[in-house]
Amino acid sequence: MTTPLLSLQGLTKAYPGVVANDTVSFDIGQGEVHALLGENGAGKSTLVKMIYGLVKPDSGKMVLNGQAFAPTEPRAARADGIAMVFQHFSLFDALNVAENIALGMENPPKMGDLAARIREVSETYGLPLDPFRTVGDLSAGERQRVEIIRCLLQDPKLLIMDEPTSVLTPQEVDILFETLQKLRSEGTSILYISHKLEEIRTLCDHATILRLGKNVGECTPAETSARDMAEMMVGTTLQTPERSGRDFGEVSLDISGLSVPSPSEFGTALRNLHLTVRRGEVLGVGGVAGNGQDELLGVLSGEITTAPDAVKMKGQPIGKLGPTARRKLGLLSAPEERLGHAAAPDMSLTENALLTGSVREGLESNGFLKWGETQSFAERIIKEFDVRTPGPDNAARSLSGGNLQKFVIGREVLQNPDVLVVNQPTWGVDAAAAASIRQAILDLAAKGTAVVCISQDLDELMEISDSFAALNEGRLSAPRETTGLTVDEIGLMMGGAHGMEVAHV
Amino acid sequence: MDLSAINPVLLIASLMVAATPILLAAIGELVVEKAGVLNLGVEGMMIVGAISGFAITVESGSPWLGFLASAIGGALLSLLFVLLTQVALANQVASGLALTLFGLGFSSLMGQSYVGIKPPQMGKLDIPFLTDLPFIGPILFGHDPILYLGIALTAAVWALLKYTRVGLVLRAVGENHDAAHALGYKVVRIRIMAIMFGGACAGLGGAYISLIRVPQWTEGMTAGVGWIALALVVFASWKPWRALLGAYLFGGVTVVQLNLQAAGVAIPVEYLAMSPYLITIIVLVFLSRDKSGAPASLGRIFHATH
Repeated sequence: MTTPLLSLQGLTKAYPGVVANDTVSFDIGQGEVHALLGENGAGKSTLVKMIYGLVKPDSGKMVLNGQAFAPTEPRAARADGIAMVFQHFSLFDALNVAENIALGMENPPKMGDLAARIREVSETYGLPLDPFRTVGDLSAGERQRVEIIRCLLQDPKLLIMDEPTSVLTPQEVDILFETLQKLRSEGTSILYISHKLEEIRTLCDHATILRLGKNVGECTPAETSARDMAEMMVGTTLQTPERSGRDFGEVSLDISGLSVPSPSEFGTALRNLHLTVRRGEVLGVGGVAGNGQDELLGVLSGEITTAPDAVKMKGQPIGKLGPTARRKLGLLSAPEERLGHAAAPDMSLTENALLTGSVREGLESNGFLKWGETQSFAERIIKEFDVRTPGPDNAARSLSGGNLQKFVIGREVLQNPDVLVVNQPTWGVDAAAAASIRQAILDLAAKGTAVVCISQDLDELMEISDSFAALNEGRLSAPRETTGLTVDEIGLMMGGAHGMEVAHV
Repeated sequence: MDLSAINPVLLIASLMVAATPILLAAIGELVVEKAGVLNLGVEGMMIVGAISGFAITVESGSPWLGFLASAIGGALLSLLFVLLTQVALANQVASGLALTLFGLGFSSLMGQSYVGIKPPQMGKLDIPFLTDLPFIGPILFGHDPILYLGIALTAAVWALLKYTRVGLVLRAVGENHDAAHALGYKVVRIRIMAIMFGGACAGLGGAYISLIRVPQWTEGMTAGVGWIALALVVFASWKPWRALLGAYLFGGVTVVQLNLQAAGVAIPVEYLAMSPYLITIIVLVFLSRDKSGAPASLGRIFHATH
């Protein structure tokens, strides 16, 4: 490695009220997988947007292959060999794969030729794709393939990937990593952004860590522990969630023999589900996404109603009750999808706090809303869960994913539930915030709350749950105590009778 | 009652004339909506086109200049919509309604001195031999050029959307404007072009009423045709040929019911008068039962955040 492929020198970008990037400098070598690490809001996205020409830096410069590089628009960046896979896929649902790819190219060939090239490239890199399928019908993993192949067709020198694995199943992650290794061996550099430190340790050659917009250090991930990297990101020592020995009380939540069809066309029906959670117990529910997680949350939260006796809380049948009635009884839930399910995107944080908090926090009386108390409730969530936002009047949409996640979890935790159901509580959240969310869940359990935590992050489940069960095609395995559970056993539970297989193509 | 008085050749020929204003306006609006913009100001742009075309034709004596003026008039009025929705980021529904109200009022003002005048006529296409063919001749070859322009425009828009890069980018912008922006496409610029194209088409449609179909100027003479065109776009599932079908169906039923009225059929006039609306909507609702296919960004305001 003689000259770096891309050298960033003192890049600065300020937005009103916040400096997103403050004189950031680092080099990306030829054929190097370079990780960019940082907490939510550390300025990673702004930095890559500058490299991709979506945002203009206020000062500083970039040098690409020894030549000054200042893209004014993505087109220019693409022409210079920069390609980007977005965190939220920039795809067009109603168009087919080939059309989507053509849109990302400067001079696309004829549709027939393009389709042939898509087939060829996708098979070379082990990411099979049918060019004529409509993108709206594809799975998250397949959609990401479309984006990656769109980039690969342009022979990029630098591929930027913004949290590519956050929506993928473990199998899909494996496939992606193989592709990236192959690209690296062909001399393509990759700038890789992720929260998942273990991933970075296996994949990346070099890492740059951003904190509050500044470059605070570099390291070689393979030689640095995940914990050290997390501490560099946060700037303080990281606290591992602690659980005190707990005694479980009587059964809080009891589901027996529950079968429900999925409300959505592409969902998974739940089949003959049994589970019990006692006071103070954390039940971890693992499994690959799309095996009934959303339906399980729906059944528990009251969005899907069932026969009254199928779901019981403290012996009381609640299967027929809707979400508000269940909230009143002390069963709270936080779904996975933050924007649109857990929070109303265009409403302020105060209004969002009211939406689930009104019953238990007494935020309305005789049909009138108590805005003052609601606002102080929202402020309390923001303060206790370290939500980074100028104030409770900001729209939920304006928060970064991790910050909003802290808000929606904090909103439920602070209402002191008797039973709490969370789905993917730390999805897209940085290490420090994830640790504090997990700690909050454990603290709740220590106070006697029964917690059901649905997650795809096995490390998380092992860390916080007392017992573990896996969802597979709508069936829940018998819960096992977490202590002493091996990875192989978990794999078997998750695979059910089918075993693990490579993602469906 | 004398149904034999209805001449099928004349009937078909006149249904094509009746359908053309709707077709022109609908094709324009289809392009606008494919780009993700909902412009409810079609009626307003049509009536402004109608008076612009009428006035220029009367003043210059040339219907060709008149039609050109009507397209420019419609496009200019659509610029007001551009200003409101693309620059000031105002709500598209409210802006579109305002545009219609403004267009209706403004056209009355412009047209005060043109009431009761007869405009010079545009010559019919007359191809020796072809026009003289029995039955087919008068139906297919005896019309004014703008009618053919309407059909050509339908074909052109269909081909553009399906086969060209411009069409693909336009659909992409209407489908997901944030993604299109991230890929570096000029969302606002593309939408402005589409809105102006829609305005020009609506203007032509309006002038077709005031110069060919009626031909004279009266206040509010578009009489809801713009709204029919809007509904047609939705019921046609944003497909150009279906819009043509819908327009001809509407034109056809309109002409038939007029003929029936003239022939003295024993059905109350009110029922006959409502029949075109009913039949067109029923047929198109059945046609559009498959996937609705609305552009996903339709009516949403685009704001580039950086």
